[in-house]
Amino acid sequence: MKFFSWSEIAEGLGIAFQALKSNRLRTILTTLGIFIGVVVITVIISVIQGLNAYVKGEISFLGADTVYISRMPWTITDYEEYLEYTKRKRITEDHYEFVKRYATLDEAISLEIATRRTVKYGSESLDDVIITGTSEDYVTTQNVVAEYGRFFTPSEVNFRKNVCVIGYEVASILFEDRDPIGERIKIGANTFSIIGVLEERGQVFGQSLDNMTIIPYSVFEKIYGNRRSLEVQVKARNPDILEELIDELIGIMRRARSLGAGEPNDFSINQQSEIMDLYNSITQILYIVLIGIGSISLVVGGIGIMNIMLVSVTERTREIGIRKALGAKNRVIMWQFLVESMFVSAIGVTIGILISMGIAMIVRSATPIPVNISLWVLFLGIAFTVTIGIFFGLYPASKAARLDPVEALRYE
Amino acid sequence: MLIDLKGIVKDYQVGLEKVHALCTIDLQINKGEYVAIMGPSGSGKSTLMNILGCLDTPTAGIYKLNNAQVSTMNDDELAEIRNREIGFVFQTFNLLPRATALHNVELPLIYNGTPAAQRREMAEKSLEKVGLKDRMNHRPNELSGGQRQRVAIARALVNNPSIILADEPTGNLDTRTGDEIMEICEDLHDAGNTIILVTHEEYIAEHSDRIIRLRDGMVERDEAA
Ligand SMILES: Nc1ncnc2c1ncn2[C@@H]1O[C@H](COP(=O)(O)OP(=O)(O)OP(=O)(O)O)[C@@H](O)[C@H]1O
Ligand SMILES: [Mg+2]
Repeated sequence: MKFFSWSEIAEGLGIAFQALKSNRLRTILTTLGIFIGVVVITVIISVIQGLNAYVKGEISFLGADTVYISRMPWTITDYEEYLEYTKRKRITEDHYEFVKRYATLDEAISLEIATRRTVKYGSESLDDVIITGTSEDYVTTQNVVAEYGRFFTPSEVNFRKNVCVIGYEVASILFEDRDPIGERIKIGANTFSIIGVLEERGQVFGQSLDNMTIIPYSVFEKIYGNRRSLEVQVKARNPDILEELIDELIGIMRRARSLGAGEPNDFSINQQSEIMDLYNSITQILYIVLIGIGSISLVVGGIGIMNIMLVSVTERTREIGIRKALGAKNRVIMWQFLVESMFVSAIGVTIGILISMGIAMIVRSATPIPVNISLWVLFLGIAFTVTIGIFFGLYPASKAARLDPVEALRYE
Repeated sequence: MLIDLKGIVKDYQVGLEKVHALCTIDLQINKGEYVAIMGPSGSGKSTLMNILGCLDTPTAGIYKLNNAQVSTMNDDELAEIRNREIGFVFQTFNLLPRATALHNVELPLIYNGTPAAQRREMAEKSLEKVGLKDRMNHRPNELSGGQRQRVAIARALVNNPSIILADEPTGNLDTRTGDEIMEICEDLHDAGNTIILVTHEEYIAEHSDRIIRLRDGMVERDEAA
């Protein structure tokens, strides 16, 4: 036995459409809760997804297969903890040498120490340029490429040559169209020859990675002293042995620091995923809170639908009686009202998704966050429509279906 | 025998009191008969019609329609019987206000799954029988009372039912329009349809060939017109 005939299905759709058309304002108002809920949920999901993609992209310059030995962890969530960390001893060039000597799982090891200075070329000058002191292996650990010229060599590091590789932004501001290779610039009071220009690297959280000048760390220490704590950058031979590499480095550093068995590490080994973890734990909370709010408005919206459907059933009691007298079975009446409530919730969800798309477009063009309403959000919308429509329409619809035909026909 | 009622009782519970709307009605009606049911207000005419039309089930008694035991059927089976066997004509027309005349007439066919093309053809033919083919795209509020009742008759006829039940079909119409409706009923009867009609007016009952008079839920008299 067929449950519904096509003509019954079509009749249900037609009735729902007509009923909603003749109550346009009421329908729109009813869907308010639904569409606010949908907007909250889809926008939140999409913004957080966009933020995830953005943050992931931003921190990718750190490299998934590179770890960073430094005095303090990158992510500190507690001020007390921070005060403890400031008591730690600095990481020095000796540690770098020690790690370099004993590490076996690395592909390359570099160190980095940085400050900010004014860079001058002739009458042009650029303030607040990041001056990075490092070794030749920086190219490998940090994945940087000299677009013009070359990076410095081990002997230039050993012999403390005043050579530098300038960032893309420094080159384009100080030299515009001219070729900077071989030119001399002044960093503070010291003169350097430019041997290379890095390719453009873009920004991280709004900070330019191209506003830098790289010099040999030996030169850096000669000029700026060795009182700063430096960072040792170790790239794993392949990403799969990252954990082993970290264990190895902890061992080497503990030896370098001569730590006893019970003493805690007085250094930190950082990696990209740490930032991601912190970030994820923040968005997790946001997710839960906002999806909670969204769900509440969906439920409120659903109750609105139930209410309006009950009104609709009462208003159309006589119509139900007529249809039953002409042979409509209970489930056909039920279907008719379920279609109507699904229609209402579909309208709410559709408006909600359209508004969300608008919001996504605005956020996308006003911020660097790539917010997109993905396909599965649309599927989620359809699922919401059906679920809310059925769940909150069920009671009014079954009330309609159970009406006694004689009573219904007599209803004024 | 088309209709066979044996010991039909219908009670209504109103508060603590039991109202006996019908008490032990025994009644047989044959195919092709034209029956008028008369009686004072509250005598149980509408209650009887509702039971005959399978809109309601009796409290006790046996109702056989075309030899099928109706009194024990469930909601779905009753709906199917109403759709197939019964054509209703109500005093208040009971058309769907937002649907066209054509769609109103199509409704019974929608509920038995008749394909759209055939449905339309049957509905048009039915409207033609009551002389309203040129008004089929009008909505009820664009039609006169008599025209509305004719649409309702077209709807009752469209499925070729075994019985046409009309509860005071002329009650809301003036005498002249009422006569028009009665003429249509007579034509239908001549074409072989079984008609059961409730009325307060003797001159309307005159049209039938059998008059059943009810009083206090019982058959008071059952005679040829
Ligand atoms: N739903 C109901 N609940 C309680 N009592 C009812 C109900 N329907 C009918 N009755 C009672 O049953 C009796 C018969 O009513 P019915 O409607 O059949 O009378 P009728 O002959 O059609 O009257 P009228 O000529 O006024 O239409 C009346 O006493 C009425 O009050
Ligand atoms: Mg009555």
